[in-house]
Amino acid sequence: MPESHIASFSRFRRSHEFWLLIVILGLCSGLGFANAQFLTMQNLFDLLTSYAFVGILALGLLVVLIAGGIDISFTATASVAQYVTLSIANAYGANWISVFAIAIGIGGALGALNAIFIQKLRIPSIIVSVATLNIFYGLLIFFTGGKYIYSLPDWFATGIFWFEFEWGKDSSYGVNLQILALALAFLVTWLLLNRTNIGRQIYAMGGNTDAAQRLGFHIFGLNILVYSYMGVMAGIASLVQAQLAQSVAPTVLVGKELDVVAAVVLGGASLMGGVGTVLGTFLGLTLLAVLQNGIILLGVSSYWSPLFVGLVILISVSATAWSQRERRTRSVRA
Amino acid sequence: MSNAPALSLPRRMVALASSGTVATLILLLLALWVVFAIMIGDRFFSVDTLQSMAFQMPELGILSLAMMLALLSGGLNLSIIATANLSGLTIAFLLTHYIPGTQGLASAGIQVLAIAAGFAVAALVGLLNGFVIAYLGVSPILATLGTMTLCKGLAIGLSRGNVISGFPEPIVFIGNGTVFGVPFALIVLAFCALPVALMLNATPFGAKVYMIGSNEKATRYSGVNTRAVLLKLYVLSSLLAGVAAVVMLARFNSANAAYGESYLLVTILAAVLGGIDPFGGFGKVGGLLLALIILQVISSAFNLLNLSQFLTLAIWGGILIAVAAVPRLSGKAPR
Repeated sequence: MPESHIASFSRFRRSHEFWLLIVILGLCSGLGFANAQFLTMQNLFDLLTSYAFVGILALGLLVVLIAGGIDISFTATASVAQYVTLSIANAYGANWISVFAIAIGIGGALGALNAIFIQKLRIPSIIVSVATLNIFYGLLIFFTGGKYIYSLPDWFATGIFWFEFEWGKDSSYGVNLQILALALAFLVTWLLLNRTNIGRQIYAMGGNTDAAQRLGFHIFGLNILVYSYMGVMAGIASLVQAQLAQSVAPTVLVGKELDVVAAVVLGGASLMGGVGTVLGTFLGLTLLAVLQNGIILLGVSSYWSPLFVGLVILISVSATAWSQRERRTRSVRA
Repeated sequence: MSNAPALSLPRRMVALASSGTVATLILLLLALWVVFAIMIGDRFFSVDTLQSMAFQMPELGILSLAMMLALLSGGLNLSIIATANLSGLTIAFLLTHYIPGTQGLASAGIQVLAIAAGFAVAALVGLLNGFVIAYLGVSPILATLGTMTLCKGLAIGLSRGNVISGFPEPIVFIGNGTVFGVPFALIVLAFCALPVALMLNATPFGAKVYMIGSNEKATRYSGVNTRAVLLKLYVLSSLLAGVAAVVMLARFNSANAAYGESYLLVTILAAVLGGIDPFGGFGKVGGLLLALIILQVISSAFNLLNLSQFLTLAIWGGILIAVAAVPRLSGKAPR
């Protein structure tokens, strides 16, 4: 192995992501051993499909957290985007491109509204997003009466199914809308954060806003971008969720925002800003998905699922905090 | 500014509003009162309306106090609702299993024991929160996210998601009875708010809490055992959630793992609206109570006007942004 690879591997070995990976691999092999169902293609595809909604939102939230902010209004944004987009599609007709364009437009606009409140009125992001969550959600239910939409356009209900292949006798798999959207969201977020100048600026702003401002970064523009990105992801996730559920239920998404926060912070993103990776978010999401899926496959009542998720969150964040403290005291002594 | 001679009324109101959150809130409350009095008329001031307001406020009020304590220290406690439900289910389980067939002193004893057990559960959750936050150094939002999920899991797992209901008369009285026309639950709120206010403003412990919220590191270097203070603070926050549990289960005459989930964000909203700095260090119980009254007045008035409770949510959100923006708009914001 060349020198640089060894160095980068030993850096990886000390990272949060490495330990997450170890835990996930241990959990997966244990579950694969205990239940033959776990490591089947069907189960893996089902997992990806059912966690796409949380995953896409988690990527949006990752960018917000790296920028040093927080947003919990995204479930309300998603509810609004879902309802308006599919109402328009039902009334006037639409195709894939137009529904995504509308949902992305609505999400982006609501996200930008958050950024304007945060930046122009200088209100902390947590307050703004608590307020806008209530505003978006309250107005949506007020105007729609909370009615579900059960009839979706045929082409939307059918979804998409690419690269279909057979596995075993009677099951076929393919890339569906959920998996495609999740993969694209990962790719775009990774590119944004790691391969663009803007990504560097977002990390810098989250690390130290004053310093970033003095370097001449356009803080307001970056905030608009970051919160709009969260909104865009909420818009995309909302369509993915509606397609999976085959209905639009304006009341079911709000209340799930902390699940998404859990996935992102399990992945090592800091609430103080400036820290977080796409790989970490992927692993955090995987850990939650594998855990919840494993509990069901092991025959434990799903009533107990939050207990295990809570334990894993507590142990993981405690271990991370503890190891950081050890490292700090060691570096002080050295 | 106060002795400026020819200030017009609106200008004077803006000046008053920008002189502090409590003043802003009082102005807002008066304005709301006038507007709703014109829109609704006498019905808005009827005994029934006032009493129903007084019945609805306590549980949210006590939970908001629990949230406020954590916020003052620069933290957050996302686990209050889950703690309340877990301790409520504990109390409910003990009441429904041991009360039937008992009478008199035995029944009273079991009721007291059941509530004590509920408080013990709440205290344990608080100890866990406090230990993880103060001694392991986990950020409060993450630690309490973990305990929130954990408590919810325990509550759902143990109760199978079922409702436990049917409690003895004295318990139901806590949530539904009145003393000289004043709801008993409101008295419970007062008995929580007063000691908390005294503790925060008149004891060394309270001073330390504000100091930690302003600058934890400086407080530690000045010789305060910040860890011990934080641990106690999270136990107190949890115990308040335990009190809220009693009020909640008494009012509904039942307990469930999913009650009051929508309250979590509303407690943050109430606290911040009441002038509690979400980054810690500033805020008074009086401001919080004013904010609660404002939220309740809007909610009750909308109810009388037959407007959707969801419109109430939206208006609450709008008011939060408006009040948070007052210092900025009046040019008094830092920077």
